[in-house]
Amino acid sequence: MSVIDLSWWQLSIAAFMVIALAVVSMIAKLNVGKPILIAALRTVIQLTLIGLVLEALFSVGSFHWVALMAGVMLLVAGREVMARQKHRLKGGWAFGIGTVSMFISGFTVTVLTLTVVIGPDPWYTPQYAIPLLGMLLGNTMTGVALSLDRLTEAVWRQRSVIENRLMLGQSWQEAIGDFRREAMRSGMMPMINAMAAAGIVSLPGMMTGQILGGSPPGVAVKYQILVMFTITVGSGFGAMAAVSAGSRRLFDERERLRTDRLTAAKP
Amino acid sequence: MEHQSPESLVIKALSIGELKDVDLTISPGEIVCLSGESGSGKSRLLRAIADLEVHQGQVCLGERARESMAAHDWRRWVMLVPAESQWWGDTVGEHVCHIKEEDLEALGFSRAVLGWQVSRLSSGEKQRLAAIRALSCQPKALLLDEPTANLDDDNTAKFEAWVLKKAQEQQMPILWVAHDEAQIQRVGHRHFKIRGDHLEVAK
Repeated sequence: MSVIDLSWWQLSIAAFMVIALAVVSMIAKLNVGKPILIAALRTVIQLTLIGLVLEALFSVGSFHWVALMAGVMLLVAGREVMARQKHRLKGGWAFGIGTVSMFISGFTVTVLTLTVVIGPDPWYTPQYAIPLLGMLLGNTMTGVALSLDRLTEAVWRQRSVIENRLMLGQSWQEAIGDFRREAMRSGMMPMINAMAAAGIVSLPGMMTGQILGGSPPGVAVKYQILVMFTITVGSGFGAMAAVSAGSRRLFDERERLRTDRLTAAKP
Repeated sequence: MEHQSPESLVIKALSIGELKDVDLTISPGEIVCLSGESGSGKSRLLRAIADLEVHQGQVCLGERARESMAAHDWRRWVMLVPAESQWWGDTVGEHVCHIKEEDLEALGFSRAVLGWQVSRLSSGEKQRLAAIRALSCQPKALLLDEPTANLDDDNTAKFEAWVLKKAQEQQMPILWVAHDEAQIQRVGHRHFKIRGDHLEVAK
């Protein structure tokens, strides 16, 4: 099966439809006309750039460049996790905890999948490593950000409940236990929902792309299942690690609740 | 360690917020009352003794220094009952450790209260139940922060009698933050006022 390559003028027809949407929403005074155009432009520029980077990376294929790319992706994801929290831990802890937990879960699952499950030669072949890591980091990021935000938000709002539990002689793990479990759960829910709805409500983007790119649906389905499993595992363990480390940091060595280690909400 | 040998609460050179170098020893069974204007740091002093806030100074229960034990064990022994109690479960019963019938009855409740919904408690009921909840954990010392603020005269009298009896029976040292001069006369063996950065013996 051959793939129909898209030419730029074919894409411009799609772009014209986006412009039409922007114009209509401007007429309807939805105030999203400009954001639509800016976001569309960003998509074009960012994806074109990453396309160039990936082509260069695929042609070189050396471990160092793959590792560098993975490192940059991780740091950007870490920054994003930090930015998505309303009350975040001060002093670089928000960035550190998010990044380290994504590194532990995301990289472990990626390397394990590459070496044991898919098994390209060499295992870091960028055609496999980078897309897999990208899918994994993107979703782990959502899980970690969601769960950390839930944790700090709950602690900020319910600090008097936690402190009263401490007063009654409960250990810090007991006092924050409900909130910790709730935060971990909320980090895992998106993937549980996505797995439950996959193929019925929505055709996953990766599989769709692969089928459009010419792969037989049978292969695409297997890869999609693999990716969803790895994402679930990555974001699940990532959320658990981040919430464990984050909640530990909210208490000091005398098990006092230290909300002074959280930033106040910015408007 | 579970054996109830009465011990005094010893506070040495404790500094928190405006308060500097507070020294205070409360004997077993003694009730020390503490008063002061709002914002003078009464509640923060209690929180510091219970080790809930960062501060300087030492606190011991008898011979045992606070630092020699886990923080949650210390708080279980030196129990702070805050002015406004918090409840996280649905029913009262989920919050108590070893409840005694006589404590419930002394403050006008029966065993049925354990099945009550927390969301339907009045502020007065919450305050009395918070004290019972604290005592049900079998502390060795008590820090009470305006424990009768939401109670009517009848319940205040019941509460005072109950705490006096408990202090006697279990030989607990008690630090009681209070406003009402008459109440301080009734329950306190000694009375301190917060004046600026130190405690002052009242009268």
